[in-house]
Amino acid sequence: MPNILEVRNVSKAYDKHVALENVSITINKGSVFGLLGPNGAGKTSLIRIINQITAPDSGQILFDGKPLSPQHTAQIGYLPEERGLYRKMEVGEQVLYLAQLKGLSRADAVIKLKYWFEKFEIKDWWKKKVEELSKGMQQKVQFIVTVVHEPKLLILDEPFTGFDPINANLIKDELIELRKKGTTIALSTHRMESVEELCTHIALINKSRKLLEGPVKEVRKLYKSNVYAIEYEGTNIGLANSMWGDFELIENEPFGDWMKALIKVKGDINTNALLQGLINNVTIHSFKELVPTMNDIFIQSVTNNEIQTIHE
Amino acid sequence: MNKILLILQREYVTRVKKKSFIVMTILGPILMAAIAIVPILIAKYSDDKINKIMVIDQRPEIFTTMLPSSETVLFVNSKISLDSAKRAFDPEKFYGILYLQDDMVKNPGGAMLFTEKQANLSVTNYIENSLEKQIEQDKLKAEGIDQKTLSSIETTVNLKTLSLKGEENSAELATIVGFICGFLIYLFIFLYGVQVMRGVIEEKTNRIVEVIISSVKPFELMMGKIIGIALVGLTQFLLWIILTLTITTIASKVIIDPQTDAKVVAQTMKINNLDQRALEELGATPKVKEDAITKVFSQLSSINFPLIITCFFIYFLGGYLLYSALFAAIGAAVDNETETQQFMLPVTIPLILAFIVAQSIVQNPDSQLGFWFSIFPLTSPVVMMVRIAFGVPPWELALSIGLLIAGFIGATWLAGRIYRTGILLYGKKVNYKELAKWLFYKG
Repeated sequence: MPNILEVRNVSKAYDKHVALENVSITINKGSVFGLLGPNGAGKTSLIRIINQITAPDSGQILFDGKPLSPQHTAQIGYLPEERGLYRKMEVGEQVLYLAQLKGLSRADAVIKLKYWFEKFEIKDWWKKKVEELSKGMQQKVQFIVTVVHEPKLLILDEPFTGFDPINANLIKDELIELRKKGTTIALSTHRMESVEELCTHIALINKSRKLLEGPVKEVRKLYKSNVYAIEYEGTNIGLANSMWGDFELIENEPFGDWMKALIKVKGDINTNALLQGLINNVTIHSFKELVPTMNDIFIQSVTNNEIQTIHE
Repeated sequence: MNKILLILQREYVTRVKKKSFIVMTILGPILMAAIAIVPILIAKYSDDKINKIMVIDQRPEIFTTMLPSSETVLFVNSKISLDSAKRAFDPEKFYGILYLQDDMVKNPGGAMLFTEKQANLSVTNYIENSLEKQIEQDKLKAEGIDQKTLSSIETTVNLKTLSLKGEENSAELATIVGFICGFLIYLFIFLYGVQVMRGVIEEKTNRIVEVIISSVKPFELMMGKIIGIALVGLTQFLLWIILTLTITTIASKVIIDPQTDAKVVAQTMKINNLDQRALEELGATPKVKEDAITKVFSQLSSINFPLIITCFFIYFLGGYLLYSALFAAIGAAVDNETETQQFMLPVTIPLILAFIVAQSIVQNPDSQLGFWFSIFPLTSPVVMMVRIAFGVPPWELALSIGLLIAGFIGATWLAGRIYRTGILLYGKKVNYKELAKWLFYKG
């Protein structure tokens, strides 16, 4: 798949504080790329470099195969973590101004903005001052300003912090729709669980270094624990009888009216074999693979402390 | 470039549309016109009542010359005793009773003024002055010098100052023109420099700045803001000048009748600090008055106005750009206005110092102090403007302007570096050491 953005060996230091150390990431066209990591890991520093707000100390960035340059700002939409609007300015004047800064002509901007204002049902707010708007309304306006120039690459820094749940959902839906239209989306978050459903690709960043990068599916496969949770009715002996050398019982304890066991499957054994054995000895209520969460993966990759890049 | 234009336009339009701008634009000229008109009105209307003073004179016969009355104070001699005068005092007829003791020549403190209400300052001043003059004359008379000799001794000197080319020039007028120019620049830098700083702080606290600098370079944003606000200031000044002239012209036609007597003109001009001696005389005869006016006009033509106006704009813009870049850097370094204090001081001190020095320089424009302050870029916009009206060697002017341009470029470079780091830093208290580090961060 062709990539839209390629960050090559980027480093950045402020005085004695190292913000990024030799970080490389690749964002494929049409993907939803999640930049994950705890607060202070260097996510915002990287995003600011991609937005050409700051320059890297070393390294290179390619946008659509060409070295990143100021003319590319018109093709990037950016919603910063610290986001706001001119409080004393009228909404309409303000969005027009910001859209024009992104390179739209005034006439074009008017047409495109009207479309979004109608879509978000905030047409009546055009003449109001920003300070008269509720926070939720302001968030809608901020989102519109980010996407109005139809950027090829949309970069959102911590998009779901600060948004109220209704707007967060609205924006999630919009992102999905934009992706269908071909927009590549990159977002950062320190709440790793929040983007699992949205992202197709992720990169984990910790202490200014990239730890892991790849498609979500592959990452999951790599960190697969092969542990299954089984809720069943029956005796411990019955459970023990249905297992042999390829299975390891990690945990087995009462769970409500019946029992719950965690069983690790070793090697490439088909889970049906386990099920077949179980069916003969106990009554099964549920059988579920324990998928590692991004949080688990993050903790594991921090302990491993080696850089992994998984290619498709 | 196109984007700077957009920023500039926003800065300009939002400010010009503000209520405070409109109010200030209208109030400013009214205040300025008031400064010009009110003294004339006061001079014309305030003292038109004649204050009759009853004089009870106990001095020996040879000294009792009648005190000269003026348009507002009328002396009436009376022979009755102080006690009976007090008893019979009619406030409708008399303003007060002036009691003069017998040995006024030896004891000048022996004069008393009795009034019903608190005595009017202008009346007491007038009485004191006339008494002083008369006692001086009495003393001269006692020494044997008579009035005629005294009159023949009295001399008035009006020093005519000429340049070597023979053009008449005037220190007084140069002082006024130079000082007004210097003051306007000082005022403009302060008013609008602080506006730049506020604008930067506003963008930072509203958290809009990061959105904007993802579209434009921080330096472009800063310059757009500085130039936009400069245009707001120029617009306001232009409107002020036009409105002030209009109001003053209309007011002087409507309020002040055309037959304004020489005295009023004289008094007003006295307030405006013009040649007092000449103007006191100007009150005496119409011919002198005409001479004085032609003198003022010839002095006006002696001042090199094209040079002054050109320099005014150069120093006006240069000084503003230099200072507002520094103000922008301050705005970027802090989180809110209350934190600006520590950084404001080193920026405002040279400006205030320049203004103080300018006041002393009008006395001696070619002093060492004047030279150095008019060369140094942080003070030259105010100080050099004061000196220009007196004439400045071209090399000094060139050096001063050159350094101002260099200073402006340097300050913008410095400010740009502080600005681009500062605007993205929230909730951090910075000190000078920190600021110095910012200068060397890469892009």
